[in-house]
Amino acid sequence: MPLITYRDALNQALREEMHKDDRVFLMGEEVGVYNGAYKVSKGLLEEFGEMRVVDTPITELGFAGVGVGAAMVGLRPVVEFMTWNFALLALDQVVNAAAKMLYMSGGQYNMPIVFRGPNGAALQLSAQHSQAWESWLAHIPGLKVVAPGTPYDAKGLLKSAIRDDNPVIVLEGEMLYNLKGEVPDEEYLIPLGKAELKREGDHCSIITSGKMVLVAMQAADTLAKEGIKIDVVDLRTIRPMDVEAITTSVKKTNRAVVLEEGWEVCGIGSQIVDYIQRDCFDHLDSPVIRVHQADTPMPYAKALEKSAKPDLAKTIAAVKKVMYIEA
Amino acid sequence: MAAKKKDAGSVEAGKSNAALHTELLHSMILQRRFEEKVAEAYALGKIGGFCHLYIGQEAVGTGCISMLRDDDYVITTYRDHGQAIARGVSPRSVMAELFGRVDGCSKGKGGSMHIFDRNVNFLGGHGIVGGHVPMATGVAFAIKYRGGNQAIVCFMGEAAVNNGAFHESLNMAGLWKLPVIYVIENNKYGMGTAVERASSIKDMYKRGDTYSIANAEVDGQDVLAVRDAMSAALERARDDYQPTLLEIRTYRFMGHSMSDAVSGTYRTKAELEEYLKRDPINILEAKMKAAGEITGAQIADMEKEIGVVVQDAWDFADASPEPPLEALYEDVLVETTSG
Ligand SMILES: Cc1ncc(C[n+]2csc(CCOP(=O)(O)OP(=O)(O)O)c2C)c(N)n1
Ligand SMILES: [Mg+2]
Repeated sequence: MPLITYRDALNQALREEMHKDDRVFLMGEEVGVYNGAYKVSKGLLEEFGEMRVVDTPITELGFAGVGVGAAMVGLRPVVEFMTWNFALLALDQVVNAAAKMLYMSGGQYNMPIVFRGPNGAALQLSAQHSQAWESWLAHIPGLKVVAPGTPYDAKGLLKSAIRDDNPVIVLEGEMLYNLKGEVPDEEYLIPLGKAELKREGDHCSIITSGKMVLVAMQAADTLAKEGIKIDVVDLRTIRPMDVEAITTSVKKTNRAVVLEEGWEVCGIGSQIVDYIQRDCFDHLDSPVIRVHQADTPMPYAKALEKSAKPDLAKTIAAVKKVMYIEA
Repeated sequence: MAAKKKDAGSVEAGKSNAALHTELLHSMILQRRFEEKVAEAYALGKIGGFCHLYIGQEAVGTGCISMLRDDDYVITTYRDHGQAIARGVSPRSVMAELFGRVDGCSKGKGGSMHIFDRNVNFLGGHGIVGGHVPMATGVAFAIKYRGGNQAIVCFMGEAAVNNGAFHESLNMAGLWKLPVIYVIENNKYGMGTAVERASSIKDMYKRGDTYSIANAEVDGQDVLAVRDAMSAALERARDDYQPTLLEIRTYRFMGHSMSDAVSGTYRTKAELEEYLKRDPINILEAKMKAAGEITGAQIADMEKEIGVVVQDAWDFADASPEPPLEALYEDVLVETTSG
């Protein structure tokens, strides 16, 4: 199987879907001439022309709304945000319009639109540019939210997102774009709402998604050397969440660590822990522990930033804690 | 309020042209050499994250800021090092901030895009395009609220002008008559997008007309022209609480940030070379030499002195400790002491 980057996997998904359906178009800042701020849309302007690969001014609210309007009358926009930090300016259109259009129109207007872009922290980009928004977005009924952690998942999930008749949020990772992984030549889709057990083990579950999948896999590798076997549940879709995949794993391992990139308070992990306590209470051998970003804005200084982020060491420590292993 | 008239208190008060021009030249060369050092430090990994240089645009910030009084305010974008230095933030504390050290003006927690210094009313570098424009409007609101005669200058790139926050701000400033000077630094590109590919009109200053705001186009490579435009704008702000929109045309000599190419698909090398001929430092130097205000030897001395200042900033930053890990949890909220 060819080994390609996460970036190229997304590029393939866009290209294939644009070939398949001429209602699909891409719009955002620097997506055309510049080939994308992170080069995800490389070559697409050349291939599809400027009606279908649209460079916008820096007007997130405006072009998100243009996407919503176009979707109301049957186009299938893919709206790229340079990063999700800037998408905050567009949240009115995402939340007040896209997420509610079907409902408030009594089923008349569905929203076949994708909002995508990098989410979360990169390196030393400081407070305004290093934020993970999944809990904000997943909070909203009427949206679907996916967070692929591998090139394979990135391609399959983006293709499904584009084909879905509802608004789908795709949270990519700036730090993932160069990540390589196997992606088959033949076409495939990954269903929305389906988690994947990325690693099997019976000592402890790590439940995670997006960029943190990589950290969970590294933790599983490291712990395996000490004889600790981890079940890594990659949610892939955060909303709707595959609750059964979570509870099946926890009922098997009886211990869980929930790993997410964002902040603790009202984070995705709180929801996961709630599902676990509801369905697995009698199966738990220890309290569930969450690993997440420190409860502060992201600092610039290197060492401070490192200490603020969830990482391998913190994940391993959490696993040991739920297993009552002295560090 | 008669006392407000023309006490601009800018640097020329009681000063000869030669002295004034020497100060402007000194400030611009300091910013230039400082940022060349920044580029060096970035290449060595001493500075991380996004880092946007001001090289080529120095006359804009220098011209505008040199006209301000100490009690006026400045707010700007992520392209903030040069303007911070022009405003009097110490090169040491800017460099330490870039190095992510405790002695940085934002304690190492903000980095390149977030230079703040309360001592000189420098209200920050802001990272969200357009986000600080309403804040400037709010500062102007507070000035008028208190009956003051200060002004705020708000720098933004030409790409920010297409954003809703800009239009909402100008409407309020025009409607409520607020003492704010919006400065569009038109360097022709927002990242890789040429202005004509992003804006429905070419002359950005004309957007002021929509909101009944006085406006002008200014040559941003000529620091003296910038000062003249700023002088008129300040008078409107101080005397009549009137906003101004200046479009100051300039060019950035470097890439959008340290992670971007200097030229490439979006602009040609030939274009860049053409603009390099209008280096704001050379333009002022030439004027001063022609007027007999400075000699080559004096410039050489100035360069030498600036070289020492810049090296000192580096040494200071390098020696400054990293913030302690406890600092992570500091400054999230302040202890309430009032009420
Ligand atoms: C709301 C928002 N969208 C996108 C970005 C990413 N971005 C940072 S700078 C920039 C270009 C801005 O150009 P301009 O306003 O002309 O200022 P310049 O960089 O030329 O000084 C973009 C798109 C951002 N920081 N904020
Ligand atoms: Mg610009």
